[in-house]
Amino acid sequence: MMLSRTALNLYWIGRYMERAEFTARLLEATIRLSALTRAADPSADQSIWQSALAVVGETEAFEATQQSCTPVAVNRFLALADANPNSIRSCVRGARDNARAVRNAITREAWEAINRAWMGLNMLATPRASQATMNFLETLTADTRGFEGALARMLRSEAYWFIRLGSVIERGDNTARLLDVKYFLLLPHGQQVGGPLDRDQWTTILQTVSARNAYRLLYRDMLKPWLIADLLILRKEMPRSLAACASETVTLLNDLASNSGRQGEADRLARRRLTQFDTNDIERIFQSGLHEFLRRFIAENVALDQAIAQQFRFG
Amino acid sequence: MGEPGNEARAGFEPLADWLTQTPPSELHRRQRSAETAFRNLGITFSVYGDDEAAERIIPFDIIPRIFTGGEWARLSEGLEQRVRAINAFIGDVYGSRHILNDGVVPADIVLANNQYSTVMAGFEPPHGIYAHICGIDLVRTGPDSFFVLEDNARTPSGVSYMLENREAMLRLCPELFELLPVRPVDTYPDLLRSTLFSVTPYSHDDPMGVLLTPGHFNSAFYEHSFLADNMGIELVEGSDLEVDDDIVWMRTTTGRRRVDVIYRRIDDAYLDPLMFDPTSLLGVPGLMAAYLKGNVTLVNAPGTGIADDKAIYSYMPEIVRYYSGEEPKLPNVETYRCREPDALGYVLDHLPELVVKLVDGSGGYGMLVGPTAPKKEIERFRAALKAQPHRYIAQPTLALSTVPTLVAGDVAPRHVDFRPFVLSGADGISIVPGGLTRVALRRGSLVVNSSQGGGTKDSFILADRSETTPPPLFGRSPSPPSGGEE
Repeated sequence: MMLSRTALNLYWIGRYMERAEFTARLLEATIRLSALTRAADPSADQSIWQSALAVVGETEAFEATQQSCTPVAVNRFLALADANPNSIRSCVRGARDNARAVRNAITREAWEAINRAWMGLNMLATPRASQATMNFLETLTADTRGFEGALARMLRSEAYWFIRLGSVIERGDNTARLLDVKYFLLLPHGQQVGGPLDRDQWTTILQTVSARNAYRLLYRDMLKPWLIADLLILRKEMPRSLAACASETVTLLNDLASNSGRQGEADRLARRRLTQFDTNDIERIFQSGLHEFLRRFIAENVALDQAIAQQFRFG
Repeated sequence: MGEPGNEARAGFEPLADWLTQTPPSELHRRQRSAETAFRNLGITFSVYGDDEAAERIIPFDIIPRIFTGGEWARLSEGLEQRVRAINAFIGDVYGSRHILNDGVVPADIVLANNQYSTVMAGFEPPHGIYAHICGIDLVRTGPDSFFVLEDNARTPSGVSYMLENREAMLRLCPELFELLPVRPVDTYPDLLRSTLFSVTPYSHDDPMGVLLTPGHFNSAFYEHSFLADNMGIELVEGSDLEVDDDIVWMRTTTGRRRVDVIYRRIDDAYLDPLMFDPTSLLGVPGLMAAYLKGNVTLVNAPGTGIADDKAIYSYMPEIVRYYSGEEPKLPNVETYRCREPDALGYVLDHLPELVVKLVDGSGGYGMLVGPTAPKKEIERFRAALKAQPHRYIAQPTLALSTVPTLVAGDVAPRHVDFRPFVLSGADGISIVPGGLTRVALRRGSLVVNSSQGGGTKDSFILADRSETTPPPLFGRSPSPPSGGEE
C-alpha cells in the first residue's frame, strides 16, 4: 500500500534521473563527434548539433529561443538552461523536487545522491567551454551512478519498483528516439564499409547508450550499422536495448502486482510489447521498416506510461 | 553558565576542560562538517520570496548547552504541571466554562478572542486532550530562575533539530559523551507515535495515522518528512485525503484506506475550506465534519490557539492554580496587565524600564523596548496606553543568561532560549530529556529567531550520577560456574 501521489513522485524520480543521464551522455558524445568533425567538415558540425536536439525532441523548443544553432548555444540549452524543462539541470531539479516530496520513501543514500547532483549543478554558471562541460558531465554521470548504486541497495518494495519503472519507461523512450533520429545511418546499404564520418556517427550512437564495450564483447567485429541496430533493439543482455526495457517493464509490473495482488491494462500492454521482441529478428525489422518500428515503439511506450498512471491512480 | 573567565558551574567542568583542550580551529572544522551534513541531508528551511537562496540551513553551534539532572527534574515537573493546566483550560473554555464563570479569567478576553474557535464549543476530543504536543519556550535569568516566555500549543516546530543536532554531536564529538552522562533523546519519535495512536477515536487492530503537511515548499517540510519517516506513518498532503460520508480516506495505489488519526502541521485556518478559509487549497474539504462526528482525531485539536495567546499568557499562573490547586512551579515572566488600573499606573511610571506589547501583536510589531527607545516613542506609547489600556501588557526587561558559543575564531557568551516538547496522550504526559536551544549569534542580541541570525545548539540533559550504570569491567559476562545457577 502506498499513497498514489508518492508512487507518482517516485516514478518521476526514476524518469528524471534517467533523462538527465541520457542527455548528459548525448551531450558528451555530441561534443566528441563535433570535435572530430569540425575541422574536416565545418558544414556538418551544425547538423550534428541539430541532430542532438532532435534526439531529445527539443528542436522546436530550441528554435523558439531564436538562437542560432551553434555548439555553445545548444550545449547551454541542453545542459543548464532553466527555460528548457528537459535540460540536465531542469531534470535534476525535477528529480530532487520529487525526491524532497517523498523523502520518507527513499533511503538517505538515494536522497543524498540526488541532492549532491543538484548542488553541483546549481552552482554552475553559463556559458561554458567544451572542456568545462565535459568535466561537469563527468561529475554528473558519476552522481547518477551514485544514485543507481544507492537504488540497488534499497529494499525491494513498491518504492524501489516505482522508481525503476520510471527509469525503464524513460530509458526505452530515449533509446528509441536516439535510433529513430539516426535510423538512416543504420540501414544496411549492401555490405559497403562506411566512411570516417559514418564510423564516428556509429560510435556516437554506442557511446550515448554506453555500449561501446558491449558491442565489441558481443560481436567481436568492426562497427556495422545493422549489428548496432541489433544490439540496441533486440539484445536483452544490453540494458539499454528496447528488448531489455520491454522485458524489465514486465518484471517490474509483476513485482508490483505480486505486492498488490492485482494486474491491469499496464500489465497486458507490457506483456504484448514483450512478445513482439521474442519473435522478431533484425532482418524482419529492416524489411518492414526500421523507422516505422521505432515510431510504433515510441507510441506504445507512451500508451504504457498512460496505462501505468491510470492503473496506480496517479491522477 | 556565566561569563568567560568565570569558574565553570559544578558538574560542567568536563565541558570547560573539553573547550580548553579542543582548539577553536578544530571546533570550526567540526561545525562546518555538521553544516555540510545538514545541507546534504536537506535539513533546510525555505525563505519565502528569496529566490536565489530559497533553501538555507540554520546555523549550528557545536558547543552544547548543558542542564544538570536536578535542573531538568525541576523543569519537567513545572512543564508537566503547566501543560496539564493548558489542556484543562482549553477543555473548560470549550465546555462548561467554569473558569470564566468563577471570574478567574475575564470571559471577554477568551470568548471575544480571535483564537477562540466557535466550532469547537461543546465538542470534546478523545480523552479530553486538545494540545497533544506543546513546545514551551523558557528563558533563564539566574542559577535557579527559569521563566516561561511563551507557550506554543498549536503546531510547535523545531523538534527535528533536537534530534538531528544530537546525531551530529554523536558523530562529531563522541568524546563529549564519554565525559558527560548525557540522557538520550532518540525515543521522541516512538513517544510521539504512541501519543498519536493513544487518541484514535475508537480502537481497532490496525489504526492508520498520517502526518498532514502543507507540502514540500513549506519552510518546515524537512521536519514533517523527518517525523513521518521516523514514526513510520504516511506523510500526506491535503490532496491525498478525501472525506466521504464523514469518514477520512487516503488515496493509495491499491484503492483508498481509512484514516484514524491525523498529526496535522497546517494551521486551523487552512484545515478545511468548507469550515474555515474557503480559498485554502492545503486542507481537506469536509475534514472538520468528520472530526466533529468523532470519526478521526486531529492532533493538535483545532482551537488550541486560545491557550497560547498573549492576553491569556498573563493569566497562566492563575490558570495553573485554578486547575492544579498548586502554586505554579514554572513562573511566567512578570506581566503587567494594563487593563488593571494599578498595573497601568505602575507601567506609566516605569515606561523606560519596561517592554510593552500589544496583546494581539506578534513578531515584534507594536512593541516598545523601554531601555533603548527614544523619548518620543515612549511618549507615544504613554498616550496609546492611556487611550486603550486593555490592548497592552508590559514586562520587565530580562537579564537573560548566556552560554559559551563558537564565534569567529573564539568562544564567547551568547544569549539563548530553550524549547522542550511536552507530549500528552491517553496514558499521561511524557517529556523527552532535551529540547531545542536557540542562540542569538550576534553579540548582545536577544533575538534567537532563525529568520534574524539565530542558530541552534544541542541541549544536553545530564543524568544524575546515581542514575547511570557504571560500565561493565568486561566486554561480556564471564561464563557461568559449572553446575550453574537458577
